Amino acid sequence: MHEMALCEGIIGIVEEEARKRGFAKVNVVCLEIGALSHVAPEAMKFCFEAVAARTVAQGAKLEIVETPGVAWCMACSKSVEIKQRYEPCPSCGGYQLQVTGGEEMRVRELEVD
Amino acid sequence: MSSDRIIQVERDILGKNDRLAADNRARFRADDVLAFNLVSSPGAGKTSLLVRAVSELKGSFAIGVIEGDQQTSNDAERIRATGVPAIQVNTGKGCHLDAAMVADAYDRLPWLNGGLLFIENVGNLVCPAAFDLGEACKIVVFSTTEGEDKPLKYPDMFAASSLMLINKIDLAPVLDFDLAKTIEYARRVNPNIEVLTVSARTGEGFAAFYAWIRKRAVAMKPATMTAAE
Repeated sequence: MHEMALCEGIIGIVEEEARKRGFAKVNVVCLEIGALSHVAPEAMKFCFEAVAARTVAQGAKLEIVETPGVAWCMACSKSVEIKQRYEPCPSCGGYQLQVTGGEEMRVRELEVD
Repeated sequence: MSSDRIIQVERDILGKNDRLAADNRARFRADDVLAFNLVSSPGAGKTSLLVRAVSELKGSFAIGVIEGDQQTSNDAERIRATGVPAIQVNTGKGCHLDAAMVADAYDRLPWLNGGLLFIENVGNLVCPAAFDLGEACKIVVFSTTEGEDKPLKYPDMFAASSLMLINKIDLAPVLDFDLAKTIEYARRVNPNIEVLTVSARTGEGFAAFYAWIRKRAVAMKPATMTAAE
């Protein structure tokens, strides 16, 4: 359940931003999570509620924007979209893929009072 | 709701760990220490493999070991029995080591000037993939008693590793283990992963593993030192 540790990371960022920018209540936390990242969005939502309790993000809604997995296919010399790491290139069927996008785990924005 | 405002943040969730990992990496670099992060499922044989490796390499390198487990100091004691210093980190409920834990443990090891640091992560093929510890690279230990399709089931870990050590190779004949298929699956996930077969029990394949380590150790030495050797 590393989602718990990731949620602690999110709350750490939110609290730092609250101190820096002077807000006391967060209504929405918007994350950008890549399809090839280390996160199960459902587990993340489950953990977030527990970790956010008694912080500025208590009761905040967690919104997750999923970004697609993108890889460079060396055989085709072009970018292709993949859903999993073990998927072949959708064009040529090969596995000579270098992941170039979709590994993000980022706090994108906050909706605050 | 008119009082709501949107604040752009754009910060990595693992940013804090990544910064601490970068600090560790700079310290290892300054001490000329080559650090490996060993990952696997529980029972793949990481500790047995390390016991053999540190026993056989301690004449050539200063070596330190950081052992991560949820509970007990059994693994660190097994390493210490070889005469090599080991620090046990208990993560409690945690499922992985993080960069801060490694920084603390490294402080408690003797100075490894020019040596090797082996970090044995918590036995878990999921969570440790996400947490950079500052290592030179991850080594995933896979054993022949596991299914050949494990690289497909846990792709993040095999994608994050530079070397796959296939342990318990002495058992392969009685297991109908398909080595070619395992390597094929691992390279689907990570076309660049290097593969070595070993047996921590018999010592088979360890010479090639040590050669792999020595090649990395030479590659990280400053050019002036390499020239002087």
